[in-house]
Amino acid sequence: MASPGEATVKDSHVGKKKKPPARYWPEQQKEGKDDNKVGKNEEHAEQAVEQEEQKTQKTTKRKQEGGERDGKKFISGKMDPFPGPARIPEDRINKFKRKDKTKKPRGSHYKLKDMISRSEKASEMAQKQAARFDLLLPEDAGFLEGDEDEDTCTISQEDIADAVDITAGSKYFNLKLSQFGPYRVDYSKTGRHLVLGGRRGHVACIDWQSKQLMCEINVMESVNDVKWLHSEAMYAVAQKKWLYIYDSNGIELHCIRKFNDVLRMQFLPYHFLLATASATGFLQYLDVSVGKEVTAICTKTGRLDVMCQNPHNAIIHLGHHNGTVTLWSPNQKEALVKMLCHQGGVRSVTVDKTGTYMVTSGMDKKLKVYDIRTFKPLKSYFLPAGASCLSLSQRGLLSAATGDIVQVYRDVWSSPVTKPYMAHRVPRTVWGLHFCPFEDVLGVGHGDGFTSMLVPGAGEPNFDGLDANPFRSAKQRQEWEVKALLEKIQPELISLNPTELGQVDRASFAQRHQDRVQALGFDPLAKEKFIPKYKTKGRSSAGGVERRKKQVAYEDQRDVIKKTVETKMKMEKERKQKEQKATVFSSQRSALDRFKK
Amino acid sequence: MARATKKKASKKSDKKRSELTEEKVEEKVEVMYDDEDLNEDDENITSEEEEEEDERKHHKLLEAISSLGAKRKKTLGERSEAAVQMSEFTVTAEGERDRVDLSDLIGSMEKTPGVTSRTKKQLKNLQKDNKTIESPLSRQETDRIQRDVAFQKAATEVTKWKGVIKQNQRAEQLIFPLNREPSGPKPIERVVTSWKAHTPLEEEIFSLLHANKQPIHDPILTPAEEASMKAMSLEEAKIRRAELQKARALQSYYEAKARRARKIKSKAYHKVHNKAKRKEFLKQFDEMVKTDPAGALEELNKIEMARMQERMSLKHQNSGKWAKSKVIMGKYDLVARKAMQQQLEVNKDLTQKIVTSLNAEEEEEEEEGGDAEVLPDFVNDAEQAVDPSNPWMRGKLSEDPTEKDMIVDLTAEEAPRAAEEEEEEEEEVKEPEEEVLLREFDERRKQRQAQEAEAQITVEEEDDDEEEEEEDKAADEEEAELSAFTSLFREKAEAAADVTDTSAQLEEGLTRIRTLEDVELLSVPQEEAAADEAPLPPPPAENPPPEPQKREAAKPKKRKRAIELKEVLTKEPKVIQVPLAPTVEDAEDADEQLDQRGLIKEAFAGDDVVADFLKDKRKQEDAGKPKVVDLTLPGWGEWGGTGLKPSRSKRRRFRTKAVPPPPRKDQRLPSVIISENKNSAVRLHQVNSLPFPFQNHSQFESTIRSPLGRTWNTERTVKKNIKPKVVTQMGAIIEPMAREELLKDKRPAAGRGGRGGQGGRGGRGVDSQRRHIRDKRAEK
Repeated sequence: MASPGEATVKDSHVGKKKKPPARYWPEQQKEGKDDNKVGKNEEHAEQAVEQEEQKTQKTTKRKQEGGERDGKKFISGKMDPFPGPARIPEDRINKFKRKDKTKKPRGSHYKLKDMISRSEKASEMAQKQAARFDLLLPEDAGFLEGDEDEDTCTISQEDIADAVDITAGSKYFNLKLSQFGPYRVDYSKTGRHLVLGGRRGHVACIDWQSKQLMCEINVMESVNDVKWLHSEAMYAVAQKKWLYIYDSNGIELHCIRKFNDVLRMQFLPYHFLLATASATGFLQYLDVSVGKEVTAICTKTGRLDVMCQNPHNAIIHLGHHNGTVTLWSPNQKEALVKMLCHQGGVRSVTVDKTGTYMVTSGMDKKLKVYDIRTFKPLKSYFLPAGASCLSLSQRGLLSAATGDIVQVYRDVWSSPVTKPYMAHRVPRTVWGLHFCPFEDVLGVGHGDGFTSMLVPGAGEPNFDGLDANPFRSAKQRQEWEVKALLEKIQPELISLNPTELGQVDRASFAQRHQDRVQALGFDPLAKEKFIPKYKTKGRSSAGGVERRKKQVAYEDQRDVIKKTVETKMKMEKERKQKEQKATVFSSQRSALDRFKK
Repeated sequence: MARATKKKASKKSDKKRSELTEEKVEEKVEVMYDDEDLNEDDENITSEEEEEEDERKHHKLLEAISSLGAKRKKTLGERSEAAVQMSEFTVTAEGERDRVDLSDLIGSMEKTPGVTSRTKKQLKNLQKDNKTIESPLSRQETDRIQRDVAFQKAATEVTKWKGVIKQNQRAEQLIFPLNREPSGPKPIERVVTSWKAHTPLEEEIFSLLHANKQPIHDPILTPAEEASMKAMSLEEAKIRRAELQKARALQSYYEAKARRARKIKSKAYHKVHNKAKRKEFLKQFDEMVKTDPAGALEELNKIEMARMQERMSLKHQNSGKWAKSKVIMGKYDLVARKAMQQQLEVNKDLTQKIVTSLNAEEEEEEEEGGDAEVLPDFVNDAEQAVDPSNPWMRGKLSEDPTEKDMIVDLTAEEAPRAAEEEEEEEEEVKEPEEEVLLREFDERRKQRQAQEAEAQITVEEEDDDEEEEEEDKAADEEEAELSAFTSLFREKAEAAADVTDTSAQLEEGLTRIRTLEDVELLSVPQEEAAADEAPLPPPPAENPPPEPQKREAAKPKKRKRAIELKEVLTKEPKVIQVPLAPTVEDAEDADEQLDQRGLIKEAFAGDDVVADFLKDKRKQEDAGKPKVVDLTLPGWGEWGGTGLKPSRSKRRRFRTKAVPPPPRKDQRLPSVIISENKNSAVRLHQVNSLPFPFQNHSQFESTIRSPLGRTWNTERTVKKNIKPKVVTQMGAIIEPMAREELLKDKRPAAGRGGRGGQGGRGGRGVDSQRRHIRDKRAEK
């Protein structure tokens, strides 16, 4: 939903290891208690306040209301023990907070006061309403818990699949596709559909929960990457030479020749942009709603095979062989930020949902966690084998692939990790990793096909039905598509700080004009240079042309002079008038003054 | 005249008003007296002039007579004398000593004994005052003053609308037409209360109802009923109802009896009846003397008056036509003689002085001393009341009328003030009315309680006050009648009045009982409604903003960049143990060559990566720095030529140092290069100047901080956010505001929800901007 994030992810990791599994009832009870306590405290406070106010003889709104509450009676004669609307927990209100309030300026224009108070009221109402109608299943995510002296990472997938219910158990499966591997993987935004791209040309779409094959084709070319577009109806395939777009039936819709040698792709769902990184060092943006290339940026950093997006602000992160990670937006031809992360080349980059943490792995076999709001390193880990692929889940679990082993880590940024949360060996080298949205499932593409493994606590249990509904029908999808297109965000608005749009532009006029000139390619305020017409019959002789030019120049000059003279005259006149007035006022001549000698 | 008005005033129920009118009357009278004085003065002056006038007239007459016979001559206009001093009244004031001075007049005043010292003083003051009255202002000036006053008046009239207009301007939403009734079914009470009389007939009826204190606006209870509601409980009400029922029954009996008696034509019966009544009255009067001396005195006065009239008139003195005829017949007719005698008896009866204890006392007192001081107070009062017309006797002369006279040209100002005063008076009057009512009921209750104690219920005694009122009303007619019968007649009249009165009371009682139950029933929903209307408890206080997440610093701050960078990169990482060792090498996946290169890079990684990065960063920093411009030219003021450099001082003079740029964002981050280029794409979509009422950026930014769209808000919030400023009803005529609006807005306007607001150009501009921006709001 419109949650300004953070809170959810943080909540899930507050608990340490020895936390009882979360259930409805104890949680609710506790909350209820809390509420009661809070209520009582507040009531006490209110009473105290009332007493104080009575002492000071002040009549405030609060007191009045308190009095009314006391006076409120029901027919049955019983008082309502919980008067007023139900309280909203403060943390939930804080979750929907947008910036701080401003103080109402004193002694300012009443319109300003009204406007500010009105907007404050509106935003407060919005905040409260959002908090009130927040997620209805706020229970904590459950994690895998081992017995004493048992590492959770030693528990095998089979055991988990046996332990959980049948539906969840069926989510652990292997697809043995040894012929065209290794495979790249991508889940659609709702998490229902899966696209597999085998290196040797095999592309398949699967409704993975029902195991229904939507389409299966062989493009007869090497496939570098596959990516779903905004819905499960279309997906892009980066093939050997060009970028192709297929529909869910496997029909080729487009072959985009502007995008060549694409190695990696990212889709920005709210901007309808497909960002591609090519072997030639180009970062290109394709607007899939109109089918136009937005920008093509030459990064000048060589082959780009490491790429990810920041879901918070739609910035693209690229990893380079010289150990740097660069951040890109389609509006700037140079990197917004360039970070030196590894001593060797960067092998993989990923950013968490809230746009706070970036995890990188490099050739130096290190795994690093950065806070990308401040660009400071938080944690650094050494993985003996080095991680080739990284992926972060919605709840903040990190999966890293080292060779043929997939490891999953918890809390990589908050507490130092020594052991993985889970580990699983797949038949051959891992090529693609992707957590399934809204499911506790990690999809692993490897040399021998595809493995869907269970990772308890990975997915977000609460989905926004209007944004990404895993259970939506075709009709709902169509509706959503229309709305999403209407609410499409323009690529110009991509910047490091997504709230920049809400700020007032404080640049000077000159600066703005310069920007405008740059954007338009010409100066709209500039005066056109006079070019004399070519005249026949010897009238366009060099002397004549020069004379004409001079004439025009003189005319211009005359205009200028006229203007200046006029302004001068005007000023003089005004000055004189002022003087006259001044003399009149100073002397105050009466009617009889004329008889004076 | 004064008397008559005074009578009228006395009739009015509210004493205050009556007093006021009295005052007015007195003033008038005073004025009249003044006029008379003046006239007298004039007479004094003119007495000598009249003689001259007469002479002149005589002369004229002679001329006229003489001219009758002769030819008709052209008569010239009279131009008699050329005097230095011309009077306005075509009267010469030849001898100045003939003029009458004020002192001459006042001199005589001092000699007269009847004049009070006070008036003397005043006159003296008047004499001392030698001020001449200023000449009247010119027409232009008076006009200007009048215009000023008129303008002020108009301005005050217009400023009354200020509040309403401001409120409307500021209102968050205006729904036209303004005084629109909320749709949907309404509770019947509100419908009834909000109904207003429009036609003259209705208004007339309403005025009548209003005069009788009938409920108009609140259909449930009259003020009297409400007061009674306050005054008595249910049991008391029941008792009272029983009483009233009984009273009504008695009333009907009495009425029936009276009707029967009235129909009896027998003279003998009536004679006896009247005699009995008279006797009874006398008996009553005797009793009254003991119990209620004041009332008795009044009675006595009336009787006295009747006696006086009887003595004045020849009604029963056998002097009428009838009596004369009877005298002729009397010699032979016994009956006639008897009738005559009867008449004389009546006369005797009437003229006989009634000696009561009161009278006796008075007479005795008079006989004893005749001192005014010994007289009872009320006697004095009455005398004072009898002639208020004498201005000299009233001590109110000091109340100057000058004040009001002075304000001739300030009438405009005075008018509203007068209105205000009137309003105040009304308010003052209104409050006492209610109080009086309450008091009445209190008294009644007390009486009833007393009656309960005595266990005797009488109807007549119940409403003493009302009886008195009735008396006052009937007084005019009754004065003329004969004293003996007056009381009887009055009793009848009272009875009649009582009929109406008690019947009204009975009705009252009936309604009251109904309303007692009704009110009990009604009060509950009203309370509930009030409870519903009560505003919600205050929202929980705003939480303090959450503390920004603090990241534990991986390393302490250090100044030296290069070293730090290396430290960052070579920092001891945590080694993670993996239970499963990878069996497959990475080498398998990628092409051999690439991996080879990677391996080499890995092997020789370290210094050159860091060095490259630092070099890159330095380059960026240098590019960002502004360059020093050197404008030195060789030769000017110096020797120039090959191998000669311009001097240092000259170079310094022509070198312009640029201002150092603001610190880079990545100043403290050694391993990061942040581009200093501004994002100009967003700038095109940003608001580039602060909208009107805002004073700084933060204010404006805070007002647009929360999104408006459906995606980010609940439905209710969205509806509130996009509420239009003005709503007009389709097909409804939007009329200019009526005066009622002004009155209505004195109460807080709850219906329209005008909560102070925006309006005008700036506000709307911002709103449109917000809406414009809404679509473009960024992620999430």
